[in-house]
Amino acid sequence: MSSITEETIKTVESLGGKYTAGFVTDIESEKAPKGLSEDIVRFISKKKGEPEWLLEWRLKAYRHWQKMPEPTWAKVDFPPIDYQDAYYYAAPKSASDGPKSLEDVDPKLLETYEKLGIPLREREMLAGVAVDVVFDSVSVATTFKAKLKEAGVIFCSISEAVKEHPELVKKYLGSVVPFADNKHACLNSAVFTDGSFVYIPPGVRCPMELSTYFRINELNTGQFERTLIIADKGSYVSYLEGCTAPMRDTRQLHAAVVELIAHDDATIKYSTVQNWFPGDENGKGGIYNFVTKRGLCEGRNSKISWTQVETGSAITWKYPSCILKGDGSQGEFYSVAITNGHQQADTGTKMIHLGKNTRSRIVSKGISAGKSDNTYRGLVKIMPKAENARNFTQCDSLLIGDNCGAHTVPYIESRNKTANLEHEATTSKISEDQMFYCTQRGLSEEEAVALIVNGFAREVLQNLPMEFAVEAQKLVGISLEGSVG
Amino acid sequence: MIKINNLHASIETDEGTKEILKGIDLEIGDGKVHAIMGPNGSGKSTLSYVLAGREDYEVTKGSIELDGQNILELPPEERAAAGLFLAFQYPVEIPGVNMSTFLKTSVNAVRKQRGQEELDALAMLKLIREKSKELGISDEMMKRAVNVGFSGGEKKRNEILQMAILEPKFCVLDETDSGLDIDALKIVADGVNKMRGAKRSFLVITHYQRLLDYIKPDVVHVMAGGKIIKTGGPELALELEKSGYAAFTGKAA
Repeated sequence: MSSITEETIKTVESLGGKYTAGFVTDIESEKAPKGLSEDIVRFISKKKGEPEWLLEWRLKAYRHWQKMPEPTWAKVDFPPIDYQDAYYYAAPKSASDGPKSLEDVDPKLLETYEKLGIPLREREMLAGVAVDVVFDSVSVATTFKAKLKEAGVIFCSISEAVKEHPELVKKYLGSVVPFADNKHACLNSAVFTDGSFVYIPPGVRCPMELSTYFRINELNTGQFERTLIIADKGSYVSYLEGCTAPMRDTRQLHAAVVELIAHDDATIKYSTVQNWFPGDENGKGGIYNFVTKRGLCEGRNSKISWTQVETGSAITWKYPSCILKGDGSQGEFYSVAITNGHQQADTGTKMIHLGKNTRSRIVSKGISAGKSDNTYRGLVKIMPKAENARNFTQCDSLLIGDNCGAHTVPYIESRNKTANLEHEATTSKISEDQMFYCTQRGLSEEEAVALIVNGFAREVLQNLPMEFAVEAQKLVGISLEGSVG
Repeated sequence: MIKINNLHASIETDEGTKEILKGIDLEIGDGKVHAIMGPNGSGKSTLSYVLAGREDYEVTKGSIELDGQNILELPPEERAAAGLFLAFQYPVEIPGVNMSTFLKTSVNAVRKQRGQEELDALAMLKLIREKSKELGISDEMMKRAVNVGFSGGEKKRNEILQMAILEPKFCVLDETDSGLDIDALKIVADGVNKMRGAKRSFLVITHYQRLLDYIKPDVVHVMAGGKIIKTGGPELALELEKSGYAAFTGKAA
C-alpha cells in the first residue's frame, strides 16, 4: 500500500514538474464548425482550394468511414470517441496570407519552437536540416527549399503538392494505404488537413535529412496528417519526424497516415521520435495516437527502413509496415516503445513478403513502467511466390516495477516452403543487482534506469540519425522519471 | 578514516528476519590496509554490502562513519560521492552500455554530487586511456558492454579500473581474488598497490591468504558468525592458512 502511494506521488511529481513541453499558444484559429459531416469535408476541401477529384475521394472515404467498425483487436482500452465533439479544421490566422520566409512567420509561433528547443533559425544555420513545420494543420514555414530544388527534390506540404504536382499526388495518394484500409485511415482520408510530400527523382541522393515537427495546439482539434514520400529509381532519402504536444485536459485524437513508395534500387529511411502528451497522473487527457504507416517496396532491390522511438501518447496504435513486392527488396522495423504511468501502447509491424529473395528484419524493444501496458504485435507473412524469403525478428521486453504489463503477439504466416524465419523474444526486469551496481558507482536511481534502458534499446537508438539519437536518449531518461523508488 | 561501531544488520528471508552482522567494530586509519578473512557464510560480503548501502539489508544498530561523517542514512550514490568504493565479487552485466559510456556517466555523476565540474569527452578519454594502460586494459575492452562476455580476470580488472578512475577515499574489495589465475591476481594486486597512499584506506575481504601475498595488509581480522573474532598482524593470515578456520571458529569451515 505504502509503495503504491509513494509511486503515485512520484508520478504526480514527474508529470507536474517535468513535462516542459506542456504549454499553450494563444493564436486565434480559423476553425471549421464542430463535428463531422459531408459539409465539413467539403469545407476542408474548399479551404484548401482542392480539385474536384480530391473532394470526391474525400467524400467516398467519409461515406465509407460511417459504415466502418472501430478496430477492437488491439490490447488497449478507452471510452468510445465522440467524433462529433471535435473540430476537424483549424489554421493559424497568419497562414492565410502564406508567409514567404521566416520573417513573415508569426513571432508567437517561433516562440513556441524556442520553448520546444527547436529554434528554426538555429536549425537552418547550424543543423542543415530542412524543416517543414506543421503547426495546427497548416505548414507555415519551409526551409532549404532552394537547395533541395537544385537537387530536384520536391519537399513541400501535401496541400501545396496537390496544387503544384497534382499528377504525382493523384497517382500515389491512397496507393499504399487505401481509404478503406481501417477506420482511422479512412477518417484521415476524409478530413486530412496537411502533412508532407516528398519526391526524390531517379538517381538522386537527397542532400540533407528531411525533417518535420508536428504539434497539436488547438483545443479539441484532431490532427489528421497525411504524408506521402516517393523515392524514384536509385534514389535515397532519410526523413525524420518528431513531435511534442502541449498539456491538455481533453482527449485528443491523432490519426495520421504515412505512405512510402520505393522504386527500383531506392531506399527510404523513416525515423520517428514521438512524445505526445501521455495524460496526467490519473491517465486523463493524453493523446490517442492512431497511426497507419505503410511502405511499399515497389521496385527490385528497394529498401524501406522504419525506426521509431515511441514515448508519449495515452494510447499508441501503430504498425509501420512494409510490403515487399519488388524482388530482392528489404524491409526493416526498429522500435523502442516506452510506457509509463497509465499509458497503453499496442505497436509493431507487418512485413508482407510478395517478391522473391525479399528480406525483413524486426527489432522491437518494449519498456513498461508504472501501471502501463505495452504490447508488441507483429505479422510476418510470406506469400506463395516469395521464394527464399527471410525474416529475422527480435522482441525484447523490459519491465520496471510490478504493476505494468508487457505482451508479445507475433503472427507468422508462411505459404512458401523456402522461407527462412527466425523469431527471438526475451522478457526481463531491471535487476536489483544492476541498480545497486550503478548506484554504488554514483548514479542516482533515475540515472541508473536511464542508462540501463538506453543500453537495452541501443540497437534501435543507434539506427537514428545523429541529431535525433542524442535527443532520443535524453527522452528515454525523461519518460521514465518517477518510475523507480 | 572509516569507523564502524557495533554494527548489526539483518535481512528479510522466507523464514523471517535473519541477523547476519552481530556487532562489528572496526577502525581503519588513513593509508591503512585491513584484511578480513573468514569462512563462507561468516558475513563478509554482507559487511561490504551494508557499508555500500544496499537496500536489502536493515541496519538495526551501530554506526558507520567516513571521515567523521555518519553515512548510514545516505543512499548508495551519496556514499559513492563521499568516497566509498566497492569492488564487487560478482560484477553485473549491463547489456548495451559500453564501458566508456558507463565510466563517463559514473565519474560525472560523482563529480556533480561533489560540486565539481563535469569532465568533457576529451578529458574523460584521456583519463580512461591513462588508467586502463596502467592496468593492461585494451581500448577494445572500453567499447564492449559493461561486463558482458568478460572473463573472470577482465571483470576484476575492470573493477580496479573503476576504482582507479573514481579515486575513492575508502575502498572495499570483496573477494577480488576469487576466480583469478595467478597472473590476473598479480595485475589486480599491482593496481591496488599503486593506489595505496597516505589518504586512502582499504578493506580487503578474502577467503584465502594468497591475495595477501601481493597486497600486504597492516591488520588482519578473522570474521565468523557475523563478528570479528580475532585481530592481528599479517602473520595472522599465515597462521589461518596453516591451521584453517576451524582452529578459530571451533568447527570445520
